[in-house]
Amino acid sequence: MEKILQLLEEDGRLSAEQLAVLCGRDAEDVKKTVERLESEGVILGYKALIDWDKTDREYVSAVIELKVAPQRDRGFDKIAEKIYNYPEVQSVHLMSGGYDLMLMIEGRTMKEVAYFVAYKLAPLQDVVSTATHFVLKKYKDKGVIYRAPEKDERECLL
Amino acid sequence: MKEYSQLLSEKTQGLKPSGIRKFFDMLGGMDDVVALTVGQPDFVTPWHIREAGIESLERGKTYYTSNSGLPEMREEISRYLNRRFSLTYDPDDEIIVTVGGSEAIDIAMRAILNPGDEVIIPTPCFVCYEPLARMADGVPVTVVTEEKDSFKLTPEKLRAAITPKTKLLVMPFPNNPTGAIMKREELEEIAAILRDTDIMVLSDEIYAEMTYGGGRHVSIASLEGMRERTVVVNGFSKAYAMTGWRMGYTAAPAPITKQMLKLHQFAIMCAPTTSQFAAVEALRNGDPDIERMTGEYDMRRRFLTDGLRKLSIPCFEPEGAFYVFPKVGAFGMTSEVFCERLLREARVAIVPGTAFGDCGEGFARISYAYSLKHLEQALHRIGQFTETLRKGH
Repeated sequence: MEKILQLLEEDGRLSAEQLAVLCGRDAEDVKKTVERLESEGVILGYKALIDWDKTDREYVSAVIELKVAPQRDRGFDKIAEKIYNYPEVQSVHLMSGGYDLMLMIEGRTMKEVAYFVAYKLAPLQDVVSTATHFVLKKYKDKGVIYRAPEKDERECLL
Repeated sequence: MKEYSQLLSEKTQGLKPSGIRKFFDMLGGMDDVVALTVGQPDFVTPWHIREAGIESLERGKTYYTSNSGLPEMREEISRYLNRRFSLTYDPDDEIIVTVGGSEAIDIAMRAILNPGDEVIIPTPCFVCYEPLARMADGVPVTVVTEEKDSFKLTPEKLRAAITPKTKLLVMPFPNNPTGAIMKREELEEIAAILRDTDIMVLSDEIYAEMTYGGGRHVSIASLEGMRERTVVVNGFSKAYAMTGWRMGYTAAPAPITKQMLKLHQFAIMCAPTTSQFAAVEALRNGDPDIERMTGEYDMRRRFLTDGLRKLSIPCFEPEGAFYVFPKVGAFGMTSEVFCERLLREARVAIVPGTAFGDCGEGFARISYAYSLKHLEQALHRIGQFTETLRKGH
């Protein structure tokens, strides 16, 4: 099962049949396993990795550090839920160390992101402080290096 | 001055260049080709190993090492051989660090052979044994391994090839190009034949880490009575994806090593120092890299053999190295014609089996040192090609 997950994490487009060949297992078996993992929420979805910098689309992304006051009984869950429901928010992590929540935000312009922080995030009850860091360039994400595939320079030696 | 042909070494001039040059020339001039030709990993040397090489340069370690290699390098090789293949060699006088496995094969042949000594070479195999044996004044005696025997060297074939002049047996397993391996019980049968003779063994174990389907590679040197007569050749190119570093080694009893060391000393001086520092790191912390890369190769192997099977291209199930050796002769043409047409008509490059000896006729070598995506694309094109061939019949 772990092998299947690793393979899918690398390439979500592998078919059940291909997975079966790669793992040396029965195709029907693998199909059932994948379906089960999907229904159990272990596999949450399949997406494409896109280097938007190679397109004309204008966008900006930022990491935001949030300090928040945890709530009695619910800890950070309630505030996290409130925040992750904004569609602008790409990811939310509860962190150890100097701040509590780390957010990844995406917007069309810096102004839009700044507006979101100033008018939506900062005023939230329990948010103590925010620090916004704009991303200048993405080199590597989800294990993939963002550059054109290199030409195979290996010489054909026997 | 006379013609060069009258001046230059007759022995060297007598070496045959690779018979399939035409094919490779053709390959060189084409675009949009999905190549499955290379005999080297597609992985880059793991970063921690590259870093060790870089660090040695930063610290100014740019001198010669001792002839046989850095002491810590030989120490680590000794440990590695023991850890992974239960072999015991003294780092002081039984190991030489060489410029790749090729140099190791060369000095072993030259240290062992006297003029007229016969060298038994199971074929199809890597291209260097025969010319190197000739340059060492040996007489190559090829033994053709067959698909029906899973391309293994059988005791019958070995027995039939032995004459009073036999000096050396080359054991090229896991095998390039067939992907064949020799299991312990099969090696025992070979050892039983050699045990009461003075025949020596050159065991080229460069693909030792690449065996699949359970069961690790067994070195013939680990069998009773074999160590004393065996030169083990191994290296870093395949296991650690370090082809360009040119790092190999020999492990052999001290009296053999002593003779090989002279050749190495005069011709090479010492293996590249930077590469040795990188290789030490590979031996110390590289075992997980081997597991990771061989795991990948194994998946690709299954992917490719399964793909060929679905295309009804007969193919022996390889158990080692990173090649498959399908029987393209099934399409009623020579290997070379098949490969040329596949290249021209479907833009896929594979190597005709004849590149590895005449007995490779009827077969072709496909390397799976490529990404799954690449293999998938190649299989698709091969499928279209073989379908046209079948319709044409």
